[in-house]
Amino acid sequence: MAVKNVLEAVRDTLFEAMGRDQRVMVLGEDVGRHGGVFNATQGLYEAFGEDRVVDTPLAESSIVGIAIGAAFGGLLPVAEIQFADFIHPAVDQIINEAAKIRYRSNGDFGCPIVIRVPYGGGVHGGLYHSQSVEALFFSTPGLKIVAPTTPADVKGLLLAAIYDPDPVIFLEHKASYRAIKGEYPEGEFVLPIGPADVKRAGTDLTVVSYGMTMHYALQAAEELSREEGIEAEVIDLRTLLPLDRRTIVDSVKKTGKLLVVHEDNLTGGVGAEVAATVADEAFMYLDAPIRRLAALDVPSTPYHPALERAMLPSKAQVKEAILELARY
Amino acid sequence: MKRTTGEPLKKQAALGERIHTRLGLSDDDLLQMYRTMVTARAFDERAFILFTQGKIPFTVTGHGHEGAQVAAAKCLTPGRDWVLPYYRDVGVVLALGMTVRELMLGEFGKAADPSSGGRQMPKHWGCRRLKIVTQSSPVATQLPHACGLAWAMKVRNEEGIVWVSFGDGVASKGDFHEALNFAGIHKLPVVFFCENNYYAISVPFSKQSPVPRVADRAAAYGMPGISVDGNDVFEVYKATREAVQRALAGEGPTLVEARTYRFGPHTSNDDDRRYRSRDEVAQWKEKDPIPRFAAYLKEIGLLDDQEEAAIKAEAEKEVREAAAWAESQPDPDPATVAAHVYAERGPAHGR
Repeated sequence: MAVKNVLEAVRDTLFEAMGRDQRVMVLGEDVGRHGGVFNATQGLYEAFGEDRVVDTPLAESSIVGIAIGAAFGGLLPVAEIQFADFIHPAVDQIINEAAKIRYRSNGDFGCPIVIRVPYGGGVHGGLYHSQSVEALFFSTPGLKIVAPTTPADVKGLLLAAIYDPDPVIFLEHKASYRAIKGEYPEGEFVLPIGPADVKRAGTDLTVVSYGMTMHYALQAAEELSREEGIEAEVIDLRTLLPLDRRTIVDSVKKTGKLLVVHEDNLTGGVGAEVAATVADEAFMYLDAPIRRLAALDVPSTPYHPALERAMLPSKAQVKEAILELARY
Repeated sequence: MKRTTGEPLKKQAALGERIHTRLGLSDDDLLQMYRTMVTARAFDERAFILFTQGKIPFTVTGHGHEGAQVAAAKCLTPGRDWVLPYYRDVGVVLALGMTVRELMLGEFGKAADPSSGGRQMPKHWGCRRLKIVTQSSPVATQLPHACGLAWAMKVRNEEGIVWVSFGDGVASKGDFHEALNFAGIHKLPVVFFCENNYYAISVPFSKQSPVPRVADRAAAYGMPGISVDGNDVFEVYKATREAVQRALAGEGPTLVEARTYRFGPHTSNDDDRRYRSRDEVAQWKEKDPIPRFAAYLKEIGLLDDQEEAAIKAEAEKEVREAAAWAESQPDPDPATVAAHVYAERGPAHGR
C-alpha cells in the first residue's frame, strides 16, 4: 500500500473518481489550470478538460449554487471553497438551499453535492485563512459534515461523499495536508459517512476529537501510555453530522471519563453537543466532570505566532488535560 | 446589446396580417392561453378568499402578471426545458401542466401537495415530472441553480433550455449578478425572465435601481437585455421565444424584462395601501392583461362577450370545486415530520 499525505489523498481520490465516472466534476476558484491554491486539483484540468474542471469567477455563493443546479441536471459536482474563511457568502445556498431541498420537496428532489473546504489554523493564516466553520453548519439537519484527517479516511469518505445523495461539507484541515502521512488504499475503498472511528483503544478515559487536535490526542495518548501507563481511548469523529452518538456513549460507559478536544471555538462547538449527549445518556457512568478543550472564544485566529499559539489548543494542553482527567 | 421593442405589435397588425399568425400562434393556442390566464386569476382570487375566510393562514398572489407568465410559458417545452419559477408564477405552472387541484393542495398544505407535502408555504412549487425545480423563499437563489442546470445540459448534450423567473427585487441580489455573469461567460442556454412589477414589497423600483430598466443590466453580462410591456401577451411571447431560440442555437443567455404590476398586496400579510396610492393601482388596472387579451380575441372574432363570461364562470367553478376538494383531503401525518431530511435510499443513485 502506498504512503501518501492528506493532500495527495484528496487529489488522487478526485482523479480516480473523475476517471471512473463522467458525472463527477469539480468547480471553484483556481481549481483548473492553476490546480488549486493547495494543488488539490492539480492535473485534473489537463486530464479531464474544462467541461469537468471549471474555473469559476470569485463568487462563492454561485460556486455552491451552480453545483446545486448541476446536481439537479444529473452531475456529481465537487465544489471547492478556497478557504473556509470565504464560505460565508455561500451560506444561503448551503443552509437555505442545499440542506433543505430534499425536505422541502418531500423527497422529489435531492442535492448530491460535495463542498470541499480547507479549514483550520496553525498555518500562520491570520483571521481570514485559519477559521474552523463547522459549528456554523452543525445545527443544520439536511447537511452532512465530514472531517477526515488521515489519507485512508480522506479517500474512503471523499468517495462516499461524492456518491452520497445528500449535500456533504468535506472539511480538509490545511495543517494536515503535508504533515499527516499514512497508507492510501488502492482501488475501490469507500467508508460509510456517519460512524466514528476508534483510532486508539483504551480503558482509562475517552478522548473525542477530529481534525488536527485528534492527531495531538493520539500522540499525547501514546506518550502517556509510555510515561504514565495511562490508556486513553481516542475517538476520531470523522463525521461530525450526523453525529455518531453511540460510539461516544459506549466508550464513555467503558472508561467513565470524557475529554472533548477541537480547534473550533469552545462556545457552541461540536464538543458541546458531544458533552451534552454524554450527560444525557451516560451520566451514571461518569467518574469525573466532562472536560472540554477548544480554541478560545475570540473572533478568529490572530496572525502573530505568539497570539496564534495562545488561541489554539496545543498538543501540550491536550496531554495535560488527559493526564489531569486520568488522575481525577 | 440592449434593446427595447419599438412600435407596439398591435399597431403593426393593422397593416394586414394578424400578430398571432405572424408569431406562429394558432387560434387554439390563443384560446388555451386565454383560459390559462383567466384560470390563474381565478385561482389567485380564490386563494385570497380562502385566506380571508380563515381557511388557509397565508397566500401570495400574482394577479396582474398572468399575461407575462402565460406568454413566457408558451415558449417552453414541458419535460424538455428546466423551469425555475418563483412564487407569483401561477400562470407559468398551470401552463406547464400542473393542475388546479394540485395547486390547491399546496394552498392548504395537504399531504398530497405535490410540491412539498405541506412543508412549504403556498406557491413554492416544484414538480420533477415537469422539470419544475423546487424553490425557496429567499429570492435570487434559484438563478445560480439555473446556470448549473444549463451547464449540465450543455456538457451532456441534452436538448433544451433553462428558464428562470424572478421579480425586480432580485436584480439587487448578489446571486443575480453572479448567475448572469457566469451564464454570460459560458454562453449558457438560460432565459432569465424578470417580472418587474416595480415593487420589492414596498420599495419602489426607483429606490432599487439606478438604471431605468432591469434589462439595462444585461450589457454588463454580455447578453441581450430585452424590455417589453409585460401586459402585452404578444410582446412577451415574441421576446421570450427569441430568447429561447438563441439559447437553443447555442448563442447564450438573454435577460427578458416583462414590465408589469401586481394588483394585490405582496402577500396576504401585506397592506399595499401603506406604500402606494389607489390611483396608481387603478391606472395599472387599465392595462390589465386579461381584458386586453380578450379585446384582441374579440377583434379577430375568436371570442364574444358571452364566451368571455362563460370562460370566467368555468374557471371560477373549477377553482371553487378544487378548493372544496383540496380542503377535504388528508392533512400531513405528523409521524412524517422527520421524513426526507436525508435520502432514505442508500448512496450512489445520484439524486
